[in-house]
Amino acid sequence: MNDIQELTIAKSILGLRRGDFSSVEITHAFLKKIDQLNRTINAYITVDAEGALAAAKRADQRLQRGDAKPLTGIPVAHKDLFCTKGVATTCGSRMLSQFIAPYDATVTTRLKQMDAVILGKTNMDEFAMGSSTETSYFGVTRNPWDLERTPGGSSGGSAAAVSAGLCLAATGTDTGGSIRQPASLTGVVGIKPTYGRVSRFGMIAFASSLDQGGVFAKTVEDAAYLLQVMAGHDPKDATSIDAAVPDYPDLIHQKATLQNVRIGVPEEYFTRDLNPLVRQSLETALETFRQLGATTVSLSLPCTSYAIPTYYILAPAEASSNLARYDGVKYGHRSESTRDLHDMYCQTRSEGFGPEVKRRIMLGTYVLSAGYYDAYYRKAQRVRRLIADDFETAFKQVDLLVTPTSPTTAFKLGERVDDPVQMYLSDIFTISVNLAGLPALSLPCGMDDKGLPIGIQLISPPLTETKLFHAGHLYQQATDWHTKQPEMTE
Amino acid sequence: MSIDTQTVHHVAQLARLKISDEENALYAEQLSRILNLMEQLNQCPTDNVSPMSHAVTLRMPEREDRVLNNNTRSHLLRGTPSHKNGYFCVPKIIVE
Repeated sequence: MNDIQELTIAKSILGLRRGDFSSVEITHAFLKKIDQLNRTINAYITVDAEGALAAAKRADQRLQRGDAKPLTGIPVAHKDLFCTKGVATTCGSRMLSQFIAPYDATVTTRLKQMDAVILGKTNMDEFAMGSSTETSYFGVTRNPWDLERTPGGSSGGSAAAVSAGLCLAATGTDTGGSIRQPASLTGVVGIKPTYGRVSRFGMIAFASSLDQGGVFAKTVEDAAYLLQVMAGHDPKDATSIDAAVPDYPDLIHQKATLQNVRIGVPEEYFTRDLNPLVRQSLETALETFRQLGATTVSLSLPCTSYAIPTYYILAPAEASSNLARYDGVKYGHRSESTRDLHDMYCQTRSEGFGPEVKRRIMLGTYVLSAGYYDAYYRKAQRVRRLIADDFETAFKQVDLLVTPTSPTTAFKLGERVDDPVQMYLSDIFTISVNLAGLPALSLPCGMDDKGLPIGIQLISPPLTETKLFHAGHLYQQATDWHTKQPEMTE
Repeated sequence: MSIDTQTVHHVAQLARLKISDEENALYAEQLSRILNLMEQLNQCPTDNVSPMSHAVTLRMPEREDRVLNNNTRSHLLRGTPSHKNGYFCVPKIIVE
């Protein structure tokens, strides 16, 4: 099995059923490629060859019996933030470097029920806090397009794994852009669904009102297949939406044009200082949408400029609360030489967390503390309402919004680590979507003058992922940006 | 908005983090810069706007009070370095 480079989920579904190859064969091929390339890219923290091949074997048996599902036998990578029973779940942190969860996340269970092949757990910024996958305890992940650059973050490992062909698709999570921004920087498709669409049970929490599980894939069609499996109500997650999941892979083919689709272009995302090459790619992409039959209109999302300060109050506040559980008592890192219980808590947490996580915990603790709660936290919650209202108003006028995903293409490793504010500004186009809980898709739409990918973001109203898939799929039939692959040498 | 090292020390205590004097100074500077970013929010009028804590309207789903998972004790004790008779063991609390 030599040419896994050209495989997609859609092609594999056909190939497996026609008997062109078996799941065990393609799994072996991916494991071999991971073995060759992972030490350079560091996309995977843990490779589970044994588990993957066992799942592949079960998958082949199901395929023979005729009771296989679309994801049966399909090799995927899994962000190391989803609990996996018996296989380490580290969250990219020293705090959980030895942690083996006693249960599976619901997303993990859904993949296993299909006998999808989970190749391993991917690298990420520690506890999902970051935009470059540089804060992981397990080292940086490198962008397959330029190994001196970051793949973005926090789901950089998953993005790089798909981009370098080390899996067919991958799971990710997105709290402020952590699927969409790395998708944009690595030239792959990334979707963050509506908040509540995918269960957060077993998805280690960063900011509970913003976190959402989603997908990386080579094509929009592939993303639809994986989201189909992940989405749906879960009684174990009280924030999980109880609404039927449409058959995304089926529905994706049902529109041949974007006739009657109105696309809004928010002027606040296209300011004078937007990178000219990013602007040019976006304008070309908008023209493609018009040629597909859509109309485009400029509109305003007036509270856009407040999104970053709002997010960087709310997310760290929630994180400080969520990460209070890491105390060394029941699981995870525990500091060894400590005087007493209080000292154990402080030492454990100081040893277990990296600087960015500590920074955000302190920021969150500060904004929630007595005397500051109303001025910061409560204020940010009110502004959040205004940001969400902006989108609601816009969607009375249009069906979709189109923006750049990231203000820049992939930046160099080390460029922003010492300047947290600069790093936070990477999220400027993605963050509002999390605050409003909306679904959004990032697609490759161009390259800059250094051959680095540029991404376009589509945003739609709650629970309308099908609109994103339609527009994205038609765009990918009319363009070939998603077929471009980095040249990876061993 | 500038945060002084005393405030950083207080916040670190609340968060159960131990930080060195050097880290304290660095965090004071970085947190001050981040908080300056937050000052922008004061320009946004929010009178009569109700706070939004969640993207979905939360209900409190209920279920029957029945044990669904059992026999998990041995699994749950596996993660700790020290346990005895089904209890997690930790250093003593020393009251001075």
